[in-house]
Amino acid sequence: MQTATTIRITLNGTLRELSAPTSVSALVDVLGLPQDSVAVEVGDRLVRRSDRTQRILVDGDRVEVVTLVGGG
Amino acid sequence: MSQDQRAATPAWLADEPLVIGEHAFTSRLFVGTGKYKDVAETRAALEISGTQCVTVAVRRVDLAAKGPSLLDAIDRTKQVILPNTAGCYDAASAIRTAELARDLLGTRLVKLEVLGDTKTLLPDPVGTLEATKELVAQGFHVLVYTSDDPRLGVRLEELGAVAVMPAGSPIGSGQGVLNPFAIRILLELVKVPVIVDAGVGTASDVAIAMELGAAGVLLNTGIASAREPLRMAAAMRDACSAGRQAFLAGRIPRKLYANASSPLEGLIHAAGRPGAT
Repeated sequence: MQTATTIRITLNGTLRELSAPTSVSALVDVLGLPQDSVAVEVGDRLVRRSDRTQRILVDGDRVEVVTLVGGG
Repeated sequence: MSQDQRAATPAWLADEPLVIGEHAFTSRLFVGTGKYKDVAETRAALEISGTQCVTVAVRRVDLAAKGPSLLDAIDRTKQVILPNTAGCYDAASAIRTAELARDLLGTRLVKLEVLGDTKTLLPDPVGTLEATKELVAQGFHVLVYTSDDPRLGVRLEELGAVAVMPAGSPIGSGQGVLNPFAIRILLELVKVPVIVDAGVGTASDVAIAMELGAAGVLLNTGIASAREPLRMAAAMRDACSAGRQAFLAGRIPRKLYANASSPLEGLIHAAGRPGAT
């Protein structure tokens, strides 16, 4: 058995490797994004801003990080 | 409109604010933030339009992008942000998008769009009803993009929509208000604010919607894709105000025959021509 020091997630449709453990909050920091400029879903479910530090990402998670863009 | 301007408005020009959910708007123009050249132009156009409510979309963050963000274009002291669910083709994704927007902005407002297909961008009525019901249950204040079908508008109101937003014509088409009769009936049947959304091509389209009695107009492409967006923003602002005042003032009925504006008495010759009545 290998020790999982990294995990692979799908971030906005693209595979990405992260060191473990990484919380949703830490991921947003790693991406260099202000916490209040994005919203995050894991596995099609919203992870509220207040829950980001508690939610630890696991191998295979599908993560969506969204922001606001121009639109009608 | 500022406090000073409102104080300066004479009584005979006064209007009530448009109340939607927790917000009261003195401008009845809702403006989208898509398709502008850059953030600076977006900001200027919004400012000039006088809008107090601007729409935004929710999309995957562009990890490569650097530079000013859309939020730099929006003056949140003057403009309420209304996130949309544009690009959603089923209720489930529209609901997810609304939840993301609420978490991001801390707003209960959402402009719900559940579209049928990418070519027409026409609203899907069944998905729209389904998503409206769920979002209202979740405590959202839902402004619903819909067709101009009056009965559908009634159903959306019954489900708890805070505003019904019939399309004048397809999104971005610039065809204006294609069916003023449907809009008029919808306005009679629906008591929540009715905001004509989509299809506005030029200032007269805004004026026509407002003259019909719409509570407001939402537009984006009409300004953003005009040759001179800033000048068009001013034109749309004035048209919205002019149309609203014309509605409040009450237009004259259309008549088949003429009705002289000058007196028929006191002419230096005999009035009329033989055979005229």
